[in-house]
Amino acid sequence: MVLVLAIGDLHIPHRAPDLPPKFKSMLVPGKIQHIICTGNLCIEEVHDYFKTLCPDLHITRGEYDEDSRYPENKTLTIGQFKLGICHGHQVIPWGDLDSLAMVQRQLDVDILVTGHTHQFKAYKHEGGVVINPGSATGAYSSFTYDVNPSFVLMDIDGLRVVVYVYELIDGEVKVDKIDFKKTATASAH
Amino acid sequence: MLLIGAEDEEKWLAEGIAGIQHNAFYLHRALDSNNLRDALKYSAQMLSELRTSKLSPQKYYELYMRAFDELRILEMFFKDESKHGVSVVDLYELVQHAGNILPRLYLLCTVGSVYIKSKEAPAKELLQDLVEMCHGVQHPIRGLFLRSYLAQISRDKLLDIGSDYEGDAETVMDAVEFILENFTEMNKLWVRMQLEGPGRVREKREKERSALQELVGKNLHVLSQIEGVDLEIYKETVLPRVLEQVVNCKDDLSQYYLMDCIIQVFPDEYHLQTLEMLLAAFPQVQPTVDIKTVLSRLMDRLSKYAASSADVLTEFLQVEAFTKLSNAIEKVIKMQVDMPAVGAITLYVSLLTFTLRVHPDRLDYVDQVLGACVKKLSSIPKLEDRWATKQLVALLSAPLEKYNDTVTALTLSNYPRVMDHLDNGTNKVMAMVIIESIMKNNTCISTADKVEVLFELIKGLIKDLDGATDELDEEDFKDEQNSVAKLIHMLYNNEPEEMLKIICIVWKHIMAGGPKRLPFTVPSLVFSALRLVRQMQGQEGDIVGEEVPATPKKIFQLLSQMIEALSAVPSPELALRLYLQCAKAANGCDLEYVAYEFFTQVFVLYEEEIANSKAQVTAIHLIIGALQRMNVFNVENRDTLTHKTTGYSARLLKKPDQCRAVYACSHLFWVDGQDGIRDGERVLLCLKRALRIANAAQQMASIARDSSGPLTLFVEILNKYLYYFEKGNKQITAAAIQHLIELINTEMQSDSATSDAFLASTLRYIQFQKQRGGVMGAKFESIKL
Repeated sequence: MVLVLAIGDLHIPHRAPDLPPKFKSMLVPGKIQHIICTGNLCIEEVHDYFKTLCPDLHITRGEYDEDSRYPENKTLTIGQFKLGICHGHQVIPWGDLDSLAMVQRQLDVDILVTGHTHQFKAYKHEGGVVINPGSATGAYSSFTYDVNPSFVLMDIDGLRVVVYVYELIDGEVKVDKIDFKKTATASAH
Repeated sequence: MLLIGAEDEEKWLAEGIAGIQHNAFYLHRALDSNNLRDALKYSAQMLSELRTSKLSPQKYYELYMRAFDELRILEMFFKDESKHGVSVVDLYELVQHAGNILPRLYLLCTVGSVYIKSKEAPAKELLQDLVEMCHGVQHPIRGLFLRSYLAQISRDKLLDIGSDYEGDAETVMDAVEFILENFTEMNKLWVRMQLEGPGRVREKREKERSALQELVGKNLHVLSQIEGVDLEIYKETVLPRVLEQVVNCKDDLSQYYLMDCIIQVFPDEYHLQTLEMLLAAFPQVQPTVDIKTVLSRLMDRLSKYAASSADVLTEFLQVEAFTKLSNAIEKVIKMQVDMPAVGAITLYVSLLTFTLRVHPDRLDYVDQVLGACVKKLSSIPKLEDRWATKQLVALLSAPLEKYNDTVTALTLSNYPRVMDHLDNGTNKVMAMVIIESIMKNNTCISTADKVEVLFELIKGLIKDLDGATDELDEEDFKDEQNSVAKLIHMLYNNEPEEMLKIICIVWKHIMAGGPKRLPFTVPSLVFSALRLVRQMQGQEGDIVGEEVPATPKKIFQLLSQMIEALSAVPSPELALRLYLQCAKAANGCDLEYVAYEFFTQVFVLYEEEIANSKAQVTAIHLIIGALQRMNVFNVENRDTLTHKTTGYSARLLKKPDQCRAVYACSHLFWVDGQDGIRDGERVLLCLKRALRIANAAQQMASIARDSSGPLTLFVEILNKYLYYFEKGNKQITAAAIQHLIELINTEMQSDSATSDAFLASTLRYIQFQKQRGGVMGAKFESIKL
């Protein structure tokens, strides 16, 4: 069992002062093995905070990030899965699942983690799974008027990944889970 | 004047001790053989060693203790009449024949102790007798120790007298009188030590005296332990007499020690009930006494006492403790002209702590303390003393810590005035403390007035203060500005009118921040304003009748100003992003002209300010993405903007970037949704153009290698073809797709693994679609692989 935190679009301090306290108390160092961050932290302080949660931190660049050295996209392997990260402001039309599927094919990954829209999504298509953890702070978005703070925790176990999404709705943390199984023959590259 | 060397003293002490031991030997022999006469002779001789004037107080103490131990043995002998056959009354008479006064008095006291315990004469008379006789020894050190001996041996008896078991009110008063008399005389002797004695340096003398302070203080201890000494007696007799002595002795060391002793030794309840009398003594002490420390300690004790129970609290109100303390402080400050600023401020800190603990709901008291401090600070030049500054920070932090709701501190009218007296550096530190307090407590500042006060308080962070040196540590500066940025999100009011006022006030303050600060602060305010626009959108339907002054249009005007200031920093990339956000928001409000105006600004920035090619690539994608979602423009306007966008896309520096931007532009002509454009031809034009660029890129790559390989571009474009094919763009034919696939396959001879995988998964996708059956399956059927 490998726990991977997928989180992003915090927009601190431009659109939000901090993570919601209920999230902060849940995110404890030492429990998570990897962090995947879609971008738009935006300042170093948030980077440092993530580092304290888990030293294995993977970040891609969002268009408001202070640090311009983050890569546009990134791939990594965890267990049997290949994961790709891309903030998503580069993929037109924004939030379009077909266009994101193309990026997934291009990066050759089983799971694509992306952001930008501040809307949680976990979507399975022919080529794999697209996950958008939403905005961890519920930051303002031109996409939707109704942004609830959210993040995702993936539990990777063999050929199976369970995606837990944590959403803060009306002051309460609600959890949902989705199962994905990878067939051994798919994405053999 | 002889200078006493330490060696000499050691020698004399050794001699003294030897003398005592010598006589003690014979004394013991006399005691063993019940020889009273000899016992008295040798004990008197032994006690003569205490007649020395050569020793310092500490050394004398050592000598004294030796004698003391021997006297205990002697006392036991005296007590046992069977051993010596003399009645205690006669014994008392007998010892008075000792030659020198000092040994005589020690022996008298020793017998006196036995006499009192025997109860053959009233204790009162004996004690009176003894305490008066001690007047005979006026040498400070000798007299002090003698009286200390008297106090020591009489202690048990005094406690008995004072207790219910033994006495009535009168006998309690006897005990009290005795102790007060002894105390007064001891203090006088102690004070005299400062002036007399062997020639020693003043500090050394004070140090030596300090070693003896407890001998004097012990008397007060005993007083406090006598059960019969109740509040009444304390108030009427004990305190007035003690204070009288303290004030009249005019000695720094004594006054400081004794005032503190009174406070530590007697119960807080008594202090509360005698507050006025006690406080009256404070301004009367010598100006050089550090009385403020004692006063602070008193306030701390009273604070803790107040916390002990609710009944106690009402007592505080009854005796008007706050007012009395407040006045006492003013008097002390006035009297001690040489008191440095830090001293006065420390007093105010103690008083404030007291007030916050005892009367937390009395904001007027809190403000009063701050006001008194301001008055003091105004009378002195700007503070430079670090310690004083630290105390001021403590003063200002106390209300923040006490009242979790920082807004309360904002209502204290003197708060900003105190802050004005801080130096620039500390001012900023304090501003950060205030912001942290707000963030920690999740406080929401909800009125324009309070926001105004808040921003006045933190002005050290918002702009360069007068005379500010520019030695800014970059990290610190960033932290400060990010804190301000976060703070902006804590300013909120549900009412759009009030919220707009708040935004205007914040803008007014931060616009003075200069180019260094705007990139940090403007984005926060912009998003705060955009949230308001959104809120007002929702409320649009509710506006009835008269025109509401706060409108989205007004806010957009303000936003325009803000972002313009930001781009002038210069900060074009950030400004471009913010203009786009505004355009999107204007779109949501159906304000076509406003949205168009924002796009104009975007393009101006792109053309004139963004030269870095990487930045251009990101910017153009942001523009495409935003424009793609705009639905407020009429055909003409949209065309103009689209045309500009595709133009810029094709003119990016690197071919692969051009290619990708151009095929991204294809989406500008195809928007899902009811009113969406579906211009199949323009889409195809874009894709074809992208292909041409990809070709050119391929040719260039044969000269200079590009790691992502132009082949990837072809596969990307293929994916776009498939995208539109699926969506039903009639201009995209299966044939065209097939042709493209063949083209790619041909080029594939030479190439990179990545394209391989990408192409493979794309083909797999086509296969998958074919197998789906239905409409989609039929469509894809026509693509031959």
